[in-house]
Amino acid sequence: SRAGFTGPENLSRVNLVLVKHYSQTLYTLYIRSVYHNLSKEAEIKRINKELANIRSKFKGDKALDGYSKKKYVCKLLFIFLLGHDIDFGHMEAVNLLSSNKYTEKQIGYLFISVLVNSNSELIRLINNAIKNDLSSRNPTFMCLALHCIANVGSREMAEAFAGEIPRILVAGDTMDSVKQSAALCLLRLYKASPDLVLMGEWTSRVVHLLNDQHMGVVTAAISLITCLSSKNPDEFKTCVSLAVSRLSRIVSSASTDLQDYTYYFVPAPWLSCKLLRLLQCYPPPEDGAVKGRLVECLETILNKAQEPPKSKKVQHSNAKNAILFEAISLIIHYDSEPNLLVRACNQLGQFLQHRETNLRYLALESMCTLASSEFSHEAVKTHIETVINALKTERDVSVRQRAADLLYAMCDRSNAKQIVAEMLSYLETADYSIREEMVLKVAILAEKYAVDYSWYVDTILNLIRIAGDYVSEEVWYRVIQIVINRDDVQGYAAKTVFEALQAPACHENMVKVGGYILGEFGNLIAGDPRSSPLVQFNLLHSKFHLCSVPTRALLLSAYIKFINLFPETKATIQEVLRSDSQIRNSDVELQQRAVEYLKLSSIASTDVLATVLEEMPPFPERESSILAKLKKKKGPGAVSVELEDGKERGELNGGADRGGEAAIAASNSTPSPSSDLLGLRSAAPVGGPAPSAGSLLVDVFSEAGSAPPSAASEDPAPPLFVCKNNGVLFENQLLQIGIKSEYRQNLGRMYLFYGNKTSVQFVSFTTTVSCPGELQSHILKCIPSLTHTKPVEPLVEGGAQVQQVINIECLTDFVDAPLLNIKFRYGGALQNITLKLPVTINKFFQPTEMAAADFFQRWKQLSQPQQEAQKIFKASHGMDTEVLKAKLLGLGTALLENVDPNPENYVCAGVIQTKIQQVGCLLRLEPNAQAQVAPPPPPTHTHTHTHLCAHALDSHTASVCPSLCGSHCITHCTHLHVITRYCIYVKDPHRVGSSKSH
Amino acid sequence: MQFMLLFSRQGKLRLQKWYVPQADKEKKKITRELVQTVLARKPKMCSFLEWRDLKVVYKRYASLYFCCAIEDQDNELITLEIIHRYVELLDKYFGSVCELDIIFNFEKAYFILDEFLLGGEAQETSKKNVLKAIEQADLLQESETTFASSCVKLIL
Repeated sequence: SRAGFTGPENLSRVNLVLVKHYSQTLYTLYIRSVYHNLSKEAEIKRINKELANIRSKFKGDKALDGYSKKKYVCKLLFIFLLGHDIDFGHMEAVNLLSSNKYTEKQIGYLFISVLVNSNSELIRLINNAIKNDLSSRNPTFMCLALHCIANVGSREMAEAFAGEIPRILVAGDTMDSVKQSAALCLLRLYKASPDLVLMGEWTSRVVHLLNDQHMGVVTAAISLITCLSSKNPDEFKTCVSLAVSRLSRIVSSASTDLQDYTYYFVPAPWLSCKLLRLLQCYPPPEDGAVKGRLVECLETILNKAQEPPKSKKVQHSNAKNAILFEAISLIIHYDSEPNLLVRACNQLGQFLQHRETNLRYLALESMCTLASSEFSHEAVKTHIETVINALKTERDVSVRQRAADLLYAMCDRSNAKQIVAEMLSYLETADYSIREEMVLKVAILAEKYAVDYSWYVDTILNLIRIAGDYVSEEVWYRVIQIVINRDDVQGYAAKTVFEALQAPACHENMVKVGGYILGEFGNLIAGDPRSSPLVQFNLLHSKFHLCSVPTRALLLSAYIKFINLFPETKATIQEVLRSDSQIRNSDVELQQRAVEYLKLSSIASTDVLATVLEEMPPFPERESSILAKLKKKKGPGAVSVELEDGKERGELNGGADRGGEAAIAASNSTPSPSSDLLGLRSAAPVGGPAPSAGSLLVDVFSEAGSAPPSAASEDPAPPLFVCKNNGVLFENQLLQIGIKSEYRQNLGRMYLFYGNKTSVQFVSFTTTVSCPGELQSHILKCIPSLTHTKPVEPLVEGGAQVQQVINIECLTDFVDAPLLNIKFRYGGALQNITLKLPVTINKFFQPTEMAAADFFQRWKQLSQPQQEAQKIFKASHGMDTEVLKAKLLGLGTALLENVDPNPENYVCAGVIQTKIQQVGCLLRLEPNAQAQVAPPPPPTHTHTHTHLCAHALDSHTASVCPSLCGSHCITHCTHLHVITRYCIYVKDPHRVGSSKSH
Repeated sequence: MQFMLLFSRQGKLRLQKWYVPQADKEKKKITRELVQTVLARKPKMCSFLEWRDLKVVYKRYASLYFCCAIEDQDNELITLEIIHRYVELLDKYFGSVCELDIIFNFEKAYFILDEFLLGGEAQETSKKNVLKAIEQADLLQESETTFASSCVKLIL
């Protein structure tokens, strides 16, 4: 059946229908306001008049009957939908909800769904009306109420109904249509306020809705199940086998079996897609039979794609291919069936040449992910010619963009030259909107797969020639870094750039590269009379007046380098520097350079000049700044290139060792005059201390430490964080988690920074913090969601960083650390990471200063065995006073100087603040140097405080000590004897000031 | 699905449905931006585009554009058919639907959409079942009031 909209679009048809339905006045108004836009003013005037009329009706003395109320509320809605603001009528709409007439109720609900944005006062009234309708047992009213909840979905509604709706959903006597609405209503509430929808007995029954006889119920319920499964996979894992058998029944059914759920000869396309989507929340089924059945389904779907279409309608092929693409997503998600992956790839290959633009677009997009699978990478590569052709001939820029992404994703050493050449030639005509990204991609590929460096230099110079305006600083900095670090390419680079500069009009970026390279390596080509020193200089200087100030500054530095390289140019260059246009330049930077360089060249001896203007030392090895830039720009096509990055880079810049030396060289070359002279200060990040992939995070954690802990560590908290509050908590290939925390009294605030190290976005990114066991009653946390966007977006873009704040309140002392669980999808695969949050009891220390007499008096008072914890331990490193002091201060206590008569000892004092009690602690650390000579007897390493735990009146209190004395506090001394004595002050309002010590 | 917009070739918004809460100001901004982007595209171009961090799926029927914003993991083709099924439902209900039907019977357009999609997900894909629900509601309406005419006729 052809929909009316598909008919020829013209006014006469509209007229015809109009006469059929509507009065002449409406027609006139409509035509005027919509088609001609002539009387916008008239329309506004008319509407204002109408609004005034409605307002007066609502405010009038006479109570309006339901019918009139409905009429005016409906008018307000109409006016709103015409694009005008409505600021009244809400109350009247709410009144309509309690009408027992269906149409009045319906209009009331519609108004609220369209116009109410959780206005808290009204919501209570609305909730009351909804409550009545939900309990009315009238399915039509129930559905209206459920639709309203699903449309508004506010937190207040979740608070009111999150308990009730699951009951309606699984009750045996609920009508199918109500079940459908209830399922999706619950989904909306769960998405908006997951904390309010509590799992319970209903969850297992929801899973069984997958078996429901009514296809509509399954279609609705599965969306809910998919969302719940992605958040709580374990609780819902029984859905896998149910989903597989349902899918299998649909896939194998004849096109007429499912009656009205068959859409253009495709059985239940929406449900099939949702089933395949649900399965993507899980790894491949472990049960062999289930897996076999699923593989069979996937094969059938792939087979059907090859069958002749049952209809020529685009709806048929769209529905069929929707299932196919979803099946391919699942195959890619599993990434374990080489056979299916290759078949998927071949199928997509066919689509690459399909006449439907939509299919070509999707095939290119889907192949991008296939390219990153080791099983299908080669198969994807076979389509290179088609993809290149798409890049050249597609008329739609968004399709060309996909083609460029795919070329980038399928690039490897074998085809890099071809792909880079094609991308370069595409750049000449590429849309402005994608040029910068293309430039970055070309630059990255050229560097990554450069086998010979002359090719690399040629490519980048071509890039500057073709798309100079789009070549960002990162790109030309990078080519210079590489040329400087590779002496085998320097001569070639000088020659090539010299030739490129011969062009009458060349891009300023070319001048920059030219100036820099000739200034460093111009001597390598000076032997040829065609590029003698003076020729080189004249060539550079011919561009000078066309350039911007920063480029001129760079050129001036190149000139002074020339004076060092080629003494014969000295006179000429000095003359240039001396000219008014330089030495009196209105720009302070240029003037200063001219003055200084002139002076330097006149007074410095050749030796001094040679030292000051020495060749640049190699740049320290680091991640390509271009890659970082691309990550920032986001590139969905950057997938595979990313992961190999580490191993590829080393080769290019001459290996990490060399990088290390370079770093030393750079830092040793005292004030490093040359780097400053060349005006690359703005390029500091280029040569800066390798921030690596986590560069985004580096500024936040200046003391990030050289060795971030590899993964979740064993004991209470990662040892690194006992004595410090900031640093890198976790890092792997994909994700870096930085932490910054601050504590005051018994409160703490922790900032977690999740940095996506890849260029691909993380999907369904969620984090949860849990307090295992009795910890729950000991720490109170409220955890606002990720704060970078509101509402929480479960996406973390490539290269992006999101921040989360966790508030912590220490109720009483504790041993275990809270757990942080992070889940997200990276390229389809579910990542699940659990870490211990570095919250230890000592974070709540408040340092206390006290005098010697005071200290020892208190020390003696705390003489009960259960008030003391001792530990003697040996550490691997030598004793360094400063390190020890730093550790003790990091612990949070006050380090008391001149208190202990023995200057070798350290004493500290502090009060641990918890909500219900305070624990005063005195700590004494006695380094024992002799023990180094004579190893102490075996029990040295035992925890002498064990007896303490047994006898403690309050076992929680005792636990303070182990965490204080824990060996992770102080690990770098040879032999230490730590004694901690403590007392507890219970905060009791009735006994203020009285302190009680156990 | 995050939202669905129906707008005319002139850029006039005819129906809007938001499945993810947005401030009014943001809604207007999104609408303006998206209407502009979609209207600028040529007829033979593909129906999908990347927009912010969402995927936009759109299709034109006569003078009206139907435009859905979906999330990264959502299926573009099935969304295209969601649009088509909605058009079919409108067509069947109004009998050769046109833009004016949606303007003047906007409440019906919303009711039909709510029966078909809820919370951004397909609730009932059977044409028969959706229309049955709407017809039942219409029957209720007929029986309870003597003013059988469409409420819209009273407007303005």
